[in-house]
Amino acid sequence: MSNRVAIAGVGMSKFGELWDKNLRDITLEAGMYTIFDAGVPGSDIDGMVIGNMSAGRFTGQEHLGAQAVDLSGLGDIPAYSVEAACASGGAAVRHAYMSIKSGEHDVMLVLGSEKMSDVNQTEAMNTISVASDWEWEGMFGATFPALYAFMARRHMMEYGTTEEHLALPTVKNHANAVHNEFAQFQRAVPIEVVMKSALLADPLRVLHSSPVTDGAAGLVICREDLVKKYTDAPIYIESSEQRTDTLALHDRKSITTFNSVVSSTKSALKGAGLELKDIDVLELHDSFSIGEIMLTEDVGIAKKGEGGKALEEGITEIGGKFPVNTSGGLKARGHPIGATGVAQIVELVLQLRGDADKRQVDGAEKGLAVNLGGTGATSIVHIVGR
Amino acid sequence: MAEQGVAQVWRRIRSMYRIEGNKCVTCDTHFFPPRPVCPECRRKGNLENYTFKGLGSIYTFSIVRQAPDDFKRQMPYVIAQIELDEGTRLTAQIVNIDPEDVEIGMRVRACFRKIKEFGHGGIIVYGYKFEPTMKVTGHE
Ligand SMILES: [Zn+2]
Repeated sequence: MSNRVAIAGVGMSKFGELWDKNLRDITLEAGMYTIFDAGVPGSDIDGMVIGNMSAGRFTGQEHLGAQAVDLSGLGDIPAYSVEAACASGGAAVRHAYMSIKSGEHDVMLVLGSEKMSDVNQTEAMNTISVASDWEWEGMFGATFPALYAFMARRHMMEYGTTEEHLALPTVKNHANAVHNEFAQFQRAVPIEVVMKSALLADPLRVLHSSPVTDGAAGLVICREDLVKKYTDAPIYIESSEQRTDTLALHDRKSITTFNSVVSSTKSALKGAGLELKDIDVLELHDSFSIGEIMLTEDVGIAKKGEGGKALEEGITEIGGKFPVNTSGGLKARGHPIGATGVAQIVELVLQLRGDADKRQVDGAEKGLAVNLGGTGATSIVHIVGR
Repeated sequence: MAEQGVAQVWRRIRSMYRIEGNKCVTCDTHFFPPRPVCPECRRKGNLENYTFKGLGSIYTFSIVRQAPDDFKRQMPYVIAQIELDEGTRLTAQIVNIDPEDVEIGMRVRACFRKIKEFGHGGIIVYGYKFEPTMKVTGHE
């Protein structure tokens, strides 16, 4: 018997600034959609994992695992909470993947959630900053956008990346999100608007940055031999990899490449027995547009320094050779921190099942997601296939 | 919040006031802040305290135009990664220069400044910022 891990169903809440909903509402909403989509009886679920970065600071509530199991009416099954900053969602998927692989669990609910809009802007900025090295970066005035601005300025100097290039991920991802009813921004943004938006931390602008978002997403995953009971269209997690880099950006030899992404992607492709050319659709962590440019290079779609050019040539658009962020990405789907890594897998599953409506990549069979924590101190890569 | 505690700042003042770090004698690498273990040599490493000279050049920088309350009064301010002459990088503000004149590669030296106040009536954090070196003072 093979011991692959299967995805039986997916779901997510609407992403956005959801003033009328609290953390438990959105978590439960995603959980319910997911369980209905999977067609799994609640009594078959023997474990639950939730990814969340900072509910304690954003909402005052911790112990989210117990809360989610309690609300979902899943009885007394084990509930695990995992945290890896902006990669908390990916970490939750990987935790569940390993739990099934090991034989400890058979059918698990994986959730990711974050409620960010209940705190003021300062508290939100401080909370996001603790994903980097708070004592030696944030304390000295390096905001999270400033750290990505450090990368952008070096990338521009070392490789000639331009302000136009920096705007392209935003334009593409907003265009994709028009067709995603769960996205925070279902509207296109012209390049001139991106390039004239207010500066956050030079050279990065407001429209290069993912927004403050509330939202949750979920998966039901299980042993391969059980999945046929639940669905005729199972998707499989072909591989799951995770790598670590220095917490502080200034401790890295180069800040124009994410070593953690390069190595986790290589291992994930090897583990799945695939090459990059076999991948049909990707979700890459575009918390800032320079991030998508660097990831386009680090996963191997473009040579180092040519990520901006790849965007210019349309290689990463729907219809291009390697469509990236068909969901709208973090920029336009929204970035509820702990939910993002799960929502990336939700999008890939919809694409592989052929359920992605007007943003469908024709005949997609394999998908790859990169979920980053902090400024790349954590990279989690999943490859899914049908 | 925890990070507003006096002890959290106090226990780091040697690093924050004097740029004290350490160096691994085995592989001749300097660390700032001091590392408990040399990540290259691990148990073969031999760590010694080291006070950085405070001279270096700008590796990358940004001008911060949206900041948390603690830094609002200083906006817009320049934050940079400085590559110290010993080869180690750190993150600090650049002062005594028009933000628009800052460039990658510019020579800078450490100066002692107020970093921030933790809210109204909160403790004041002091530490290093960097300023352009000026030939007239004999530094380079
Ligand atoms: Zn050493």
